[in-house]
Amino acid sequence: MLWGYSFSDLTSIFVMQSFAGLILFSVFLLMALGLAIVFGQMGVINMAHGEFMILGAYTTYVCSQVFSRWIPTLFGAYFFIAVILAFIVAGAVGMLLEWGLIRFLYRRPLDTLLATWGVSLMLQQLFRSVFGAREVGVQLPDWMMGSFNLNETTQIPVNGVIVVGLTFFITLGIYALLLKSRWGCQVRAVMQNRSMAGAVGINTEWIDRLTFGLGCGVAGVAGAAFTMIGSTSPTAGQQYIVDTFLVVAFGGTQSLGGTIASAFSISQARSILEFFLSGSMAQVIVLLTVIGILMLRPQGLFSMKVRR
Amino acid sequence: MATESIDKISAVTALPDITLDIKDLHVAYGASEVLHGVDLQVGRGEIVTLMGRNGMGKTTLMKALIGNIAARSGNIILDGKDITHLPSWQRVKAGLAYVPQGRMIFSAMTVTENIESGLFVRGGRTIPQKLYDLFPVLKELGERRGGNLSGGQQQQLAIARALATGPHVLLLDEPTEGIQPSLILELARTLRKIRDETDLSIIVSEQVLSFALDVADRIVVIEGGNIIHQCSRAEADGEQLMRFLSV
Ligand SMILES: Nc1ncnc2c1ncn2[C@@H]1O[C@H](COP(=O)(O)OP(=O)(O)O)[C@@H](O)[C@H]1O
Ligand SMILES: [Mg+2]
Repeated sequence: MLWGYSFSDLTSIFVMQSFAGLILFSVFLLMALGLAIVFGQMGVINMAHGEFMILGAYTTYVCSQVFSRWIPTLFGAYFFIAVILAFIVAGAVGMLLEWGLIRFLYRRPLDTLLATWGVSLMLQQLFRSVFGAREVGVQLPDWMMGSFNLNETTQIPVNGVIVVGLTFFITLGIYALLLKSRWGCQVRAVMQNRSMAGAVGINTEWIDRLTFGLGCGVAGVAGAAFTMIGSTSPTAGQQYIVDTFLVVAFGGTQSLGGTIASAFSISQARSILEFFLSGSMAQVIVLLTVIGILMLRPQGLFSMKVRR
Repeated sequence: MATESIDKISAVTALPDITLDIKDLHVAYGASEVLHGVDLQVGRGEIVTLMGRNGMGKTTLMKALIGNIAARSGNIILDGKDITHLPSWQRVKAGLAYVPQGRMIFSAMTVTENIESGLFVRGGRTIPQKLYDLFPVLKELGERRGGNLSGGQQQQLAIARALATGPHVLLLDEPTEGIQPSLILELARTLRKIRDETDLSIIVSEQVLSFALDVADRIVVIEGGNIIHQCSRAEADGEQLMRFLSV
């Protein structure tokens, strides 16, 4: 058989790697959603988006420490509290950043790029000062450590299922917010025509702040999910930001569906290729494919078809 | 009935109170000044038609009023409040509404959502029935995307969206552009009807003389960024106005 694997081996490898890919997909998707919403509405590329993810990861870490030290009886549930806190902390810091810096730089994409890059370096240093340069890992409660056995060679980890489920609900939530809520209606109006949105009385400044906060908050949730697949360090966000940009560029910024499909195809391709080749080879192949496709379709693979 | 007709008479005889007062307004794109000190007053419930050829500064004046371009100097006073330096949405909150040239509806949003976008500023939640009474077609087309409507329907939508903000002063920039002649007549009638029902003041920029004469209480001619002529509709001299409009 192929590379000496039997057919049933290959099937289990495929299923397990696909599932590993699904966890990666979850992190990518949450990251990309935040980045895409912010970029789509404000034209701001937030270079510090990865650090907001790490902020969420450290929040989760602190939460796990607090629970294990002071309220060990509830340790089993700490992750869900941590997710909410990660969202609130990253979202609040995001709104603060928008208020203190970003809003002065709208319509100056290069300046925003530089400024948010500076912010990412400052946040990394802040993390280093507070938490140290060493990686920290969270301790998972016992019930999240186990796995579901599909058959004797195929196992699906419980924490993975939780992360995927969480991502599913957050994506659904954002979708509903954008399409059904009053905030969403205003966001879509601002995305389509900022000056006209102001001219029908939409407080564009406030909507920008909320959207930026939401994007950063979702990155924080991605960080909480990330603690389950990797250990947190001040610079860990950097490894994810490139992939996230890739997802956003590939998917186009005009539809949530595009972002989802793009995150899915990129994470699956990465994860499955990684098993057979080296990690960097997988990265190169994915990158080349995406570049090739973007040369043919610069607006992204899944842009919306609407008369403008 | 009796009191109403007395009110009408007194409104004509008494000095109409000023809703919008534009004082010495200068507006520039970068270094090139386009409006060179516009002075214009609009009374409560008055319809003023702003006439002028292409490139004379009508759109620039409208954009400066709603706040899409900053004024270089001068003042815009709405109901006694200086709104010259407010962001657009606060001007809308103060009572200004805008129907831009080219209509600029949110094309990827539904007709209903387009109208609703005007409700947020006053925290309204449901679209007032009177908007659907004015434009019944918008109710039928509620779920359609704005971008898929015809030009005339989009114009109605843009006006409904503006009215949803509950304005005292409505700005319309060349509303007849790209619309069939039969609908132009209808539009003039609708605007006068809205004014009669709500005491709304209206500034409408226009190049079509017949429409201007249909709708206006007062006609103002702008040329090269200055107001060069004003007359009430009764005094309006069609031939003279034609000369201002011809190249
Ligand atoms: N964005 C812009 N930048 C520079 N000049 C402009 C811009 N828009 C309009 N102008 C100039 O301002 C003048 C008035 O234009 P505009 O207000 O659009 O006229 P109108 O609406 O009466 O046709 C024209 O000379 C036009 O070239
Ligand atoms: Mg114009």
